[in-house]
Amino acid sequence: MKNYDSYQHVRGESLFLDDLTSPEGVLHAAIFSSPIAHGLIKTIDFHEALNSSGVIAILSAKDIPGENQIGGIIPDEVLLASEKVDYIGQPIALVIADSYLNAKKASNKIKINLEKLPPIFDPREAFRNNSLIIPSRTFEIGDVERAWKSCDLIIEGTADSGGQEHLYLETQAALAYPQEGNKIKIISSTQSPTAVQRTTARILAIKMNQVEVDVTRLGGGFGGKEDQATAWAVMAALGAYKMKAPVKLVLKRNDDMRMTGKRHPYSSDFKIGLTNDLKILAYEVTFYQNAGAAADLSPAILERTLFHTTNSYFIPNVKATGISCKTNLPPNTAFRGFGGPQAMFVIESAIFKAAEKLGVDPFEIQEKNLLNEGDEFPFGQRAENCNARKTWNELKRKINFEKTKVNIRNFNQENNLIKKGFALMPICFGISFTNTLMNQANALVHIYTDGSVGISTAAVEMGQGVNHKLRQVAAELFSIDLEKVSIESTNTTRSANTSPTAASSAADLNGKALENACRIILDRIITNIARELKVDDLKRLLIKKNILLLDNKPTEFTWEKLIQKTYTDRVSLSAQAYYATPGIYFNRNINKGKAFAYHVYGTAFIETALDCLRGIYKITDVKIVHDFGKSLNPVIDKGQAEGALIQGLGWMTIEEVIYDERGKLITDTLSTYKVPDLHFTPDKVEINFLEDSENPMGIFNSKAIGEPPLMYGIGGYFAIANAIKAFKQDTNIDCKAPMTPEKVLISLYSESIKQKPLKITKES
Amino acid sequence: MNTQLKNIKFICNDSDVEINIHPGTTVLDFIRNTLRLTGTKEGCREGDCGACTILIGELINNRLIYSSANSCLLPMGHMNGKHLVTIEGLNLKKTLNPVQQAFVDEGGTQCGFCTPGFIISLTGYLLNANNYILSDAVNSLDGNICRCTGHIGIKRAVEKILQNFQYANNNETEKILLLIENNFLPEYFKNILNRLKEISLSLKEEFKATEKSKYIVSGGTDLFVQKWDDIINSDIVLINKSKEKLITEVDGKFFIMGEATVSDLINSEIIKSIFPDIKNYFNLFGSLPIRNRATVAGNIVNASPIGDITCFLLALNATVHLSNESLKRTVPLKDFFKGYKSLDKAPDELIESVSFEITSEKFLFNFEKVSRRTYLDIASVNSSVYLEILNGEIKEIHLSAGGVAPIPLYLKKTRNFLLNKKPEVDIIIDGAAILNEEISPISDARGSAEYKRLLLRQLFYAHFLKLFPEIINAEELL
Ligand SMILES: Cc1cc2nc3c(=O)[nH]c(=O)nc-3n(C[C@H](O)[C@H](O)[C@H](O)COP(=O)(O)OP(=O)(O)OC[C@H]3O[C@@H](n4cnc5c(N)ncnc54)[C@H](O)[C@@H]3O)c2cc1C
Ligand code: FES
Ligand code: FES
Repeated sequence: MKNYDSYQHVRGESLFLDDLTSPEGVLHAAIFSSPIAHGLIKTIDFHEALNSSGVIAILSAKDIPGENQIGGIIPDEVLLASEKVDYIGQPIALVIADSYLNAKKASNKIKINLEKLPPIFDPREAFRNNSLIIPSRTFEIGDVERAWKSCDLIIEGTADSGGQEHLYLETQAALAYPQEGNKIKIISSTQSPTAVQRTTARILAIKMNQVEVDVTRLGGGFGGKEDQATAWAVMAALGAYKMKAPVKLVLKRNDDMRMTGKRHPYSSDFKIGLTNDLKILAYEVTFYQNAGAAADLSPAILERTLFHTTNSYFIPNVKATGISCKTNLPPNTAFRGFGGPQAMFVIESAIFKAAEKLGVDPFEIQEKNLLNEGDEFPFGQRAENCNARKTWNELKRKINFEKTKVNIRNFNQENNLIKKGFALMPICFGISFTNTLMNQANALVHIYTDGSVGISTAAVEMGQGVNHKLRQVAAELFSIDLEKVSIESTNTTRSANTSPTAASSAADLNGKALENACRIILDRIITNIARELKVDDLKRLLIKKNILLLDNKPTEFTWEKLIQKTYTDRVSLSAQAYYATPGIYFNRNINKGKAFAYHVYGTAFIETALDCLRGIYKITDVKIVHDFGKSLNPVIDKGQAEGALIQGLGWMTIEEVIYDERGKLITDTLSTYKVPDLHFTPDKVEINFLEDSENPMGIFNSKAIGEPPLMYGIGGYFAIANAIKAFKQDTNIDCKAPMTPEKVLISLYSESIKQKPLKITKES
Repeated sequence: MNTQLKNIKFICNDSDVEINIHPGTTVLDFIRNTLRLTGTKEGCREGDCGACTILIGELINNRLIYSSANSCLLPMGHMNGKHLVTIEGLNLKKTLNPVQQAFVDEGGTQCGFCTPGFIISLTGYLLNANNYILSDAVNSLDGNICRCTGHIGIKRAVEKILQNFQYANNNETEKILLLIENNFLPEYFKNILNRLKEISLSLKEEFKATEKSKYIVSGGTDLFVQKWDDIINSDIVLINKSKEKLITEVDGKFFIMGEATVSDLINSEIIKSIFPDIKNYFNLFGSLPIRNRATVAGNIVNASPIGDITCFLLALNATVHLSNESLKRTVPLKDFFKGYKSLDKAPDELIESVSFEITSEKFLFNFEKVSRRTYLDIASVNSSVYLEILNGEIKEIHLSAGGVAPIPLYLKKTRNFLLNKKPEVDIIIDGAAILNEEISPISDARGSAEYKRLLLRQLFYAHFLKLFPEIINAEELL
């Protein structure tokens, strides 16, 4: 089974946007952006920049023919700022020149005069100033106020998680061509071709049918190109439209890092109440989401945070409030997990703190409260085909939990400078866009007269293997060789009004639509040939391995012959079909409903070794039992689980987004923003597929895989926390992620410095 | 505008290339834009992702030696007479080579953007290593970042490749033939040695400095990160490795040429014989392709407060040998740094070499470095110590630290305090207090000032815990 994408990748033959042969006369763009975090634009002087060598034009807000507006959920974000700037790196002008370097050089010559306004960077401060993106939202079940009275222990605290840079290896990029009839064609590195199309039409004041968006593949997306690929594509389109020439815009890495949003940092207050037998009775939480300067996808992300408030646990009384706070940072955006991880970090922190207080291990509380079949989530849906306990128990068996615990304890007794710590991390993640209307997809299938098949869907290939999975679906339904099936680029003229490739749902939604399309054609082929063969009962006919069978015996009709026959009989070999996830709904007035088609479950064991002298650590061992449903492709699915795990561990440990006091990103290069490398990767990682998991809601019984495993990484934080406590039992773990080596060392020694200050004690 | 063009002749994959080009054009831009070989990717342009990794084959003493490099930091001027290998140059016509196949089978590729870089690095390892060891093979990928796979499938792929292919021999020619035979390399590699020999006969004179020269480029691993867009419009000089011995010893006096690279240090028999742990120290320096290019002189002149080589040399109380057209002189390294990025060096002075003396047979040495990510990261703090003990007392000590002051620091006060004392817990604790007075760290992306203070104390303790495990008790110290 040849995965064509992989085959091309390893030969360096896959073409990413910047690899495309540039059209004749292509111009290059660079962006001039705001140097301050908040202020009013007084004057801009393009004079010197315009005279700079190679410069063709500088476009600013006044050159926009349509509406200067790119906000997707809320119209609160301009493409190019003209009056006010709200974050450092906010685009103000597009410099177009004969080469990138000339454009860049000229952009440095633009002079701008600004009046500074006081910026806000902290979400709680924004909240106090009533600087909000949307009114706060609350999900509730039971009655927390009443429940506190029945609790034996109540703990309150704060938990913060940091931002995360996507660091897709291919930076944001677009290439736009003017077409005849005032039309425009854009090749974009986006997860949302339709969003690019819609926004371009709005900016250029043309119709959507005048914009064609095409996507071949992305060099990674992770959510960072869901909403935030749009601006660059639209700018390239604006350039091409105005210049009547192709325009290419490829962000350099540090521009990409400075100008685009990241995973939302959250600061949250929790209150958790338990009984003496470790049952969690009540949980109240307030999430302060740092949305940055515009809505972007923040309201949707906040909503998913609320959906995942209780992770894999059943808690009868919950009150969860989400507040999306507007600050002067680049608008934060989708990132694998989409607000879910932030919620799970808080509940895990609450459990950790409660365990500390009760003198038990966190896993005892975790285990006691895992979801059971039929348990109700705070938003009203009930857990169906619930595998929370199954994966938990299976994992404990796989790692021989009792023995592992003893081994770690013994190790820690024998070693005084290296300590081990571990954590168990269960996950439960809902599959479906929580905005129900987005759960729709269409697919277009052509069978050509030589028998080869071409497929167009909304799914964008960005490394998650969706192309290959779709090929498998078509090849299996037609029962033909995979080699006959090809996935076309994702293109708005072939797939209209599509949802982004996001929410782990691309294979599910597009796969189901594709299934429908294939079945339509198959039906036509069979009906037609039945007439020819004078067979009344269509069930007697079956295509198997490229041959038409009649009563299970081969006929003379190979696939190719069959297709030829269908064509000559003037029966259509093309079909377009549609799929909408059945049975899901959500009522935003009461915040109740069946928001998800299904949930994905799993449990991870994570172990770390901490060098208590230097404060550095290594995640040494990870074992996971994950619920893949019936995996469509184990190599791809395992790869997704592995990649997500490491990305989650990075978020919790070494990845730290730092802005200075003026709101300037100081981790704006790969040399200062560190993502996991090969040495970071644990030596032992074992991903086990939960057996006998069926999922009728997924394509061929599979389950979505893209996002859920990221949340195993949260266990990394608590594994390190436990190692710290093995060195110094009374260390206060502050539940602020990431757990950087700096954090670790300071936790280990801050007290001892107070006692033994770094001052001269004796003169010599 | 500058038009300093140079004639450059080399082989790219299977093709001979001769071109007039600004020698500071990066190889990355040249192969992508001019040759339109787009398998080599730009991910960062600062040597930190490896998506642009290529192989350079060069004649060294008539042997064909390959090494990996980041093409985003590599000037075209350095390609003269070399064999440049890109991913396209590894492809077989109809099938995947075994490295490529393993990446496909084991899930070593997802979005594919990083993948050519990994394949190139691993092929570089196969060409280079005299026998294949899994941990070394994995380490050879330390300059490549993959954001999709978490590197787990990649490690599996490496394991599989070595399981299926083993070889032990240090004859390059035989190795290349064997790699061709086993489909790791295309046929044309057979003739590269001879083709390079032929080219080398007709090579033009190397570049020389003039008054107009704005940049002196050695490995380029600093300059191209900071100034790539200016370099291609400026007059530049490229320092080429001399073919003489880069590292020598005469009677306990050691000389390291300025253009010696970090890899040269790690692989030097002379250095290994006095610092058996050298590999452990400097595997923490950048990545393999960076170590292959980064030079000792570049590290010193860059004057970054966290320079690892500089830190190492400061604790050896090294001397810098400078020269220009008219004058040669020496400066103790500890006096070479005047202030933040300010040196006791005239613009036209070059570092010819660095020297240090080791008089005691039984000296002790240690190097410590802590960074946010253990590998391919700049130190938050680093520190080195050199010690001589006589009758239980510290007879000589040199101590250095980086990341705690505007310059790489020689810790003079701490040294003076420790001199002639016994390495005991109380003394070390008092020494740490003096150390703390001697430094002035600032907060930045690599840590807060408070952290760096604490960390240096810990690394200072680490030196003594490592060097005197029988005398110093960790619990008492901490
Ligand atoms: C990804 C990456 C990782 C890195 N990791 C580390 C690390 O872990 N530790 C560390 O210490 N550094 C690190 N560096 C920094 C850099 O690699 C080193 O400082 C290196 O030693 C610089 O040497 P070079 O030859 O490449 O310098 P170049 O860039 O060629 O030159 C640097 C400066 O030195 C001058 N110069 C060079 N040679 C001479 C000479 N002979 N005489 C006078 N002046 C000269 C140049 O004019 C220039 O001003 C890293 C860099 C990168 C890109
Ligand atoms: S482009 Fe990232 S290392 Fe060269
Ligand atoms: S496969 Fe996407 S970065 Fe490695």
